Amino acid sequence: MNKLLKLFITFVSAITLTLIGITTSFAKVEGDTIVLGAAVSLTGKYSSNGVHTQNGYNLAVERLNKMGGVKVGGKSYKFKIIYYDDESNPKRAAQLAERLINQDGVKYMLGPYSSGLTKAIAPVTEKYKIPMVEANGASRSLFTKGYKYLFAVLSPANQYLEVAIDLAVEKNGGKPVKIAQAFEQDAFSQDVRLGILDAAKRTGSEIIIDDKLPKELNDMKATLVKVKAKKPDVLVVSGHTKGALTAIRQIAEMKVDVPMLAMTHCDAAKLSKQHGKNSEYALCASQWHKNLSYKDKFFGGGKKYDKDFTKRFGYAPPYQSAESSAALIVFKDAFERANSFDGDKVRDALKATDMQTFYGNIKFGPGGQNIAKPMILFQVRCKGDKCENKVVAPTKWASDKFYHPIPSWSKRS
Amino acid sequence: MKQKDLILYVGLIILGLVAPFIFPGFKVQLTILCVLIVLAMTWNLQGGEMGYNSFGNILFYGLGMYLCASVQVGMFFPLAEWTESGGEKTFVHTTTQFFQGMGVGLLVAAIIPTIVAGLIGYAILGLRGHYFAICTLGLGIAAGEIAGGIEIIGAGQGFTTPPFPKDIVDPEARGEFFYYLSFIMLIATFVFVKWIYGSRFKLILNAIRDNEDKAEAMGIQTMKYKIVGWMVSAFFCGLAGGIMGGLIGYIDSTDVAFDGREMGVFMVLMAILGGKGTLWGPVIGATLFHFLKEGFWTLILGWQYVALGVLIVVIVIYFPEGLMGWLREKYPQRFGEVIDEKDRKAQVELK
Amino acid sequence: MDFLIFEAPILMVQATLDGILIGILFALIAYGMALQWGVMNIINIAQGDLVILGGYIAYSMYLAGIHPAWGVIVSPIIMFFVGWGLYKLVINKVVDRDLFISILATFGIAIVFQQLMNFIFGADVVVAQSGYGTTMFFDNIITLPHSTIFSAAISVLYAIVLVIYMKKSKLGRAIRATAQNARAAKILGVDTERVYAATFGINAALCGVAGALIAITFTLHPYVGLPYTVRSFMIVIVAGLGNLPAVAISGMGLGVFEEFADYILGTEFRIGSVFMLLVLILVFRRFKLSRKREYLK
Repeated sequence: MNKLLKLFITFVSAITLTLIGITTSFAKVEGDTIVLGAAVSLTGKYSSNGVHTQNGYNLAVERLNKMGGVKVGGKSYKFKIIYYDDESNPKRAAQLAERLINQDGVKYMLGPYSSGLTKAIAPVTEKYKIPMVEANGASRSLFTKGYKYLFAVLSPANQYLEVAIDLAVEKNGGKPVKIAQAFEQDAFSQDVRLGILDAAKRTGSEIIIDDKLPKELNDMKATLVKVKAKKPDVLVVSGHTKGALTAIRQIAEMKVDVPMLAMTHCDAAKLSKQHGKNSEYALCASQWHKNLSYKDKFFGGGKKYDKDFTKRFGYAPPYQSAESSAALIVFKDAFERANSFDGDKVRDALKATDMQTFYGNIKFGPGGQNIAKPMILFQVRCKGDKCENKVVAPTKWASDKFYHPIPSWSKRS
Repeated sequence: MKQKDLILYVGLIILGLVAPFIFPGFKVQLTILCVLIVLAMTWNLQGGEMGYNSFGNILFYGLGMYLCASVQVGMFFPLAEWTESGGEKTFVHTTTQFFQGMGVGLLVAAIIPTIVAGLIGYAILGLRGHYFAICTLGLGIAAGEIAGGIEIIGAGQGFTTPPFPKDIVDPEARGEFFYYLSFIMLIATFVFVKWIYGSRFKLILNAIRDNEDKAEAMGIQTMKYKIVGWMVSAFFCGLAGGIMGGLIGYIDSTDVAFDGREMGVFMVLMAILGGKGTLWGPVIGATLFHFLKEGFWTLILGWQYVALGVLIVVIVIYFPEGLMGWLREKYPQRFGEVIDEKDRKAQVELK
Repeated sequence: MDFLIFEAPILMVQATLDGILIGILFALIAYGMALQWGVMNIINIAQGDLVILGGYIAYSMYLAGIHPAWGVIVSPIIMFFVGWGLYKLVINKVVDRDLFISILATFGIAIVFQQLMNFIFGADVVVAQSGYGTTMFFDNIITLPHSTIFSAAISVLYAIVLVIYMKKSKLGRAIRATAQNARAAKILGVDTERVYAATFGINAALCGVAGALIAITFTLHPYVGLPYTVRSFMIVIVAGLGNLPAVAISGMGLGVFEEFADYILGTEFRIGSVFMLLVLILVFRRFKLSRKREYLK
């Protein structure tokens, strides 16, 4: 027991020493760098989108630092981001937020990917009064909680497909439509569903199929069979990238004829590339498209951003990257307007944000959501074997006309 | 000997009490450490002492988490409205409501899983060996999938637990509250498990592990003891789950509550790492594991799961007896074992 | 709950057909598991991840411009060596040990596989396009994608080949001898170490075939392995070790059960119902066995 005790004491003291060692490394504004903290998903089920987010952040940091950094009090500062991998797990995300704030001394946070993780982090940043600009948590319930330090550059999730229902009603001659919907069991998709419910109520439309899909979804045959039997006017599917891919595959395989198909995450899923002609006519909600005419001085416009991003990372930017880059621009702007590193002053400056970025106009509503930017819808259209996403709504940016109804499979070659 | 033990315990308790003030930035990690130790210790009661390797204790942990949060909300507000539309409506607990709710919630979170364990125990604990292991694995995952479809506890939207009362301005208060709560639970668990270690109950569990049929033939009602053993684990797992739910603040069915892929496996691994079938093994294993894991996080961004997988393989293949087992083999005298040199030699020759 | 399926009984035909076709695929994976369980007394939690890896091999071929259907030939060959390597690296150290050790060790392997696949192929869902058509019956109410028919046919073909191989070849006989009594086989000059490695390789190869078929019929994702493991485990428990017709039947039964659960309970409970069924089967089996024990007394 004696030796064991000694061993144990050595063990405990070793741990104590390491802990003290770690605690002493503190940072918020070190020398000429502003340290931002971010937990993003590098592994786990959101890792692709997590990487899109990280790339978006990184590109913006590089660009902003190259173009003179952030000017506060006449001095120029550079951005630096401390990343942790939250493993796509809310528990880990909340823990990492604590860690970033308490152990790494981070005073400003960037958001993680996905609504669920943002929901887990927001109470932590709120508790420590740390301003967080997030670009990937769209859940409506984030903005009704009265969070004061949360700012989202994106439109809330319930707006994603509301427009699609309006469009369907319009095409139906203003008469209510029959809606079939299938949503994944996760915070984001369920919020998209709330938007559809609202739109259905508003237009008097009837929801005839209301299915939920599991998180490990790779088969939604049951829903599609019901769709075949009940013949709705619109089919709405949302389940991150897997939902979009599974839906298109099985719709094509089972030759499901539906006049209108609305989805989310088409560009992140590279739908037009993975499914080619089978994905034609799918209507997709997006926060951003490169053809939009917004401009700023850092990235120029959407097309320029698309080019730079592709050059740097080797693939075209999905909107998840664009919105993440925009979060950094917002932060820079707020720092310069606040002209201070005080958390509350930066927060007030963020609150007063009203600007245009390449990604869209940004102005925060009372709950912290972006109220200045509409959602857009694009439709996959094919010429020969090459398929592209064409913006169809809102009309201001529409490059193509919305094609309705989708021709039946027997007429598609 | 006795005195040294006393010094050790008093030292550890003092260390535990002052820890959040020495390392103010690590309160959350320390809280999780306490929870992990509790999970490992109670898993050890089955896996180590009883020989029933359960992957299903996560069921009680998750159940406790949901129950605690539901009671805390449901006592004062309509639960269905709280979770509706991803928790859009905001209700605010007053300070007293929060703590009252938490107290009652934890009580329920401990008792209901215990009852559940008692109810399903007869069916599940009749399975032997790997059938038991796989069955409990299935139970944990099924619970997560099903919880993810139940509307009143938030379904796929998740369940945001009541935020810490706003009237308490100090931002450190929340961390300290949860830390001390988990520390008290840890002490209670330790005392209870230590008491079990000194009792006849432990010997019966060991008899079941070593040869259940013989134990039965000796006139021990094995089923009764197995169920009681499982209920003990369920009690503390539920409690731990309730505390974790409050700490994390957001409950997701598969990733936070019925987190079989992480917590469910971690508790097994920690007990094995430290040495199953010992009192201190799970404690040391959990502590070591927690530190290893936190180390992996920062150093090998993105690769931590590969490292974890390799770690699991290495541990179970090369150190199935764990740290304590290894020490025991090296210094048998320290564990009060007397070894007859002649006998040992004879054994070696026999091999 | 949704009772559309009872209102329109024709949908039952669809569900049953789908269930049987997918069940055959499950049975193939389960047969691999039964093989290595019977021979080596190991429960392989990484079974599902081997399947997914096999699928990714077919997917890589598809990316390289080769038709993914060739994956059913290439994937098992590569997977055989993966399995062999895995045996030499890890599995040989757990063969004679406690079953629980094998469960945990293969669990570790599963985590490593998932992460590596995540790094190489990304966490996004991918699909391999086979370009196969669809047959429709009854005015497009019932559809039979040719890819599912293809997958069922290939599964049956591989099962037949394997049975013949086990009966006729020298290695097959050695494997069966080892399964019956490893020690006796060793005494009679069977190199059990090689037999074990080959068995695990064959198991991995079967997973490879199944994976390639899943890439064509469903979608792939690094983290969907575990349900396949559980399904095959369940099929093996119900069917018993080394009983191929029973494996096939219980595989199809499971497939049909899943499809019906999907329609009636809703898709969100599909995986959950599979796991619940596992628990129920195990509990049922325990009560059946305990009755037998009392009877024997």
